[in-house]
Amino acid sequence: MTTEALAGPDPDASRAKARPAARAPGSTVPVLTVVLLILAGWYVACLPMNAGLPAMPTEGTLLARYQAAWSLERPVLPSPHQIALELRTSTCGRLDEERPLLEAFFACEIRWTPRNLLFHAWTTLSSTLLGFLLGAVLGTGLAVLIVHVRSLEKSLLPWIIASQTVPILAVAPIVIVVLGSLGVTGLVPKSIISAYLCFFPVTIGMVKGLTSPAVIDLDLMRTYNASTAQTFWKLRWPASLPFLFASLKVAVAISLVGAIVGELPTGAQAGLGARLLTGSYYGQTVQIWAALFAAAVLAALAVGTVGLAERLTMRAMGGRP
Amino acid sequence: MVGLVLLLVGSAAALDYVHRPDVAGAAPGWFWGAVVGLWLFAWLVTARFAAAAPPVAFGRRAVDLIVPVLFGAFLIFLWEVVTVGAGVPSVLMPAPSAIGARIAQAVPTLRDDFVQTVLRAVIPGWICGSAAGFLIAILCDRVPFLARGLIPIGNFVSALPMIGIAPIMVMWFGFDWPSKVAVVVIMTFFPALVNTVAGLQAAGRLELDLMRSYGAGYLQTLLKLRLPAAMPFVFNGLKINSTLALIGAIVAEFFGTPVVGMGFRISTEVGRMSLDMVWAEIAVAAVTGSLFYGLLALAERAVTFWHPSYRRR
Repeated sequence: MTTEALAGPDPDASRAKARPAARAPGSTVPVLTVVLLILAGWYVACLPMNAGLPAMPTEGTLLARYQAAWSLERPVLPSPHQIALELRTSTCGRLDEERPLLEAFFACEIRWTPRNLLFHAWTTLSSTLLGFLLGAVLGTGLAVLIVHVRSLEKSLLPWIIASQTVPILAVAPIVIVVLGSLGVTGLVPKSIISAYLCFFPVTIGMVKGLTSPAVIDLDLMRTYNASTAQTFWKLRWPASLPFLFASLKVAVAISLVGAIVGELPTGAQAGLGARLLTGSYYGQTVQIWAALFAAAVLAALAVGTVGLAERLTMRAMGGRP
Repeated sequence: MVGLVLLLVGSAAALDYVHRPDVAGAAPGWFWGAVVGLWLFAWLVTARFAAAAPPVAFGRRAVDLIVPVLFGAFLIFLWEVVTVGAGVPSVLMPAPSAIGARIAQAVPTLRDDFVQTVLRAVIPGWICGSAAGFLIAILCDRVPFLARGLIPIGNFVSALPMIGIAPIMVMWFGFDWPSKVAVVVIMTFFPALVNTVAGLQAAGRLELDLMRSYGAGYLQTLLKLRLPAAMPFVFNGLKINSTLALIGAIVAEFFGTPVVGMGFRISTEVGRMSLDMVWAEIAVAAVTGSLFYGLLALAERAVTFWHPSYRRR
């Protein structure tokens, strides 16, 4: 995923996206169809996947067996509604059995305890955001240096690219342990892993973006006798913004991965990664799936927010929507 | 050139000095001054090299190769000098020489881990996941309805933290390599799918019309024009997947594994604070990843030699 930014926002690709083909008016129906097909397949798969469990009845009608498969305590594959219910229970508390379903569903009471999934999601999100901020600033700074200092481009850039062929997540436990032995625990080590993972797409994208102005534009700046700083602020920086946002979308998703993986090696007490790990230790399948969906929602929200920021910025700069 | 030789001699002298038993761990102040001076000098040499533009193409390529190698070698030199000279405890940061010694000493273990993680999990998973993505992409191309439904989902899923499925796969397929293969397959499927679909739309209008005028059918157009035109995109997906596959397999081993494998070794040795072993594993992973990527780049060059980005300037 990290090398995705190497390709950068290819002008051809962005033109292809701007074409209505990707968002044709008929795009909603196919997506819904595919999603419904997946859901149906999921429900059907619940019985064969769970058939081996001792809690499953071996006899009875197919419907009865399916009903049993969809409401197991510790299934191999939980049914979608079990996950939805678990998400609801772990964020807003248990459903009140006495009241009608709809009324009980909206009677939400959030307790801010370590049992609450929102608490874990916030722990992960906060280190993600800090790491993303650090990574974006570092990546942009490096790109500015690389564009302006020629020897850095030749010496540093190959190593930045080579560093990405290394599975950097393997370094995560070291960062956690080393910083932990120095007395730094909690948010910061995870953020450093996030930053380390997400600075790369930003650097690559920004190097491409800052060098994207055409020679003719740079020559124009020269004829105006613009200084390097003026060229940077008035030409290079605005020209690089589309590249920056494209990289930031990739980066924010990666930094979430970094934060989650950063929670694994030390057996952290809080966070979605910790939730995944305890779920896998105690065989709490439904809890794992709920944490997974929470992570997916977080990622979608984060990418969506960057996309919104992109659209607002582009509109403020007078670009076409 | 003279600068380069001076730099090598200076670095060798510094390495020699810092490894003396009476100096290691308590290097005097003037030594650090000399190291900083050496660093500035190295900077100067690198800048001169980077600015040099030999008239021959071979020389230019040599410079492009020498500069990053010099930079990397100097970074390792600094790492060695600082960790040994300042006596950084190996629990925090082992010196490169210690890591090298550990690699030499632990070859059988490293080889077993390599076989378990790379040969049994990464490569089969990468092949299956990429091939599945590629085939489904061609199916999507044939059935536009499927493409319109799957591509937005594929784009969405690629942004999700797919590593999270590791505990579920471990639960389904057991602790050994099949669960790692499953994780890798799922992680690599969508990048391959999305990139191939994008690539299949890359053939130009003009060429497509030409194929039509030849009376070529769907299959002929696909094989002779559109798949070759899609190759740069396909290789982009394959490269992305090479990193993802290694990461997926290593992280999946954090969730449970037999007592062998790179991810297992990393997590246990970190727990026992023997960081030189962890760094040895990382070095193996780094070399593997770089080789994997380099081979892909070579294959890409051989397959897409016609692409404008390889044209001689």
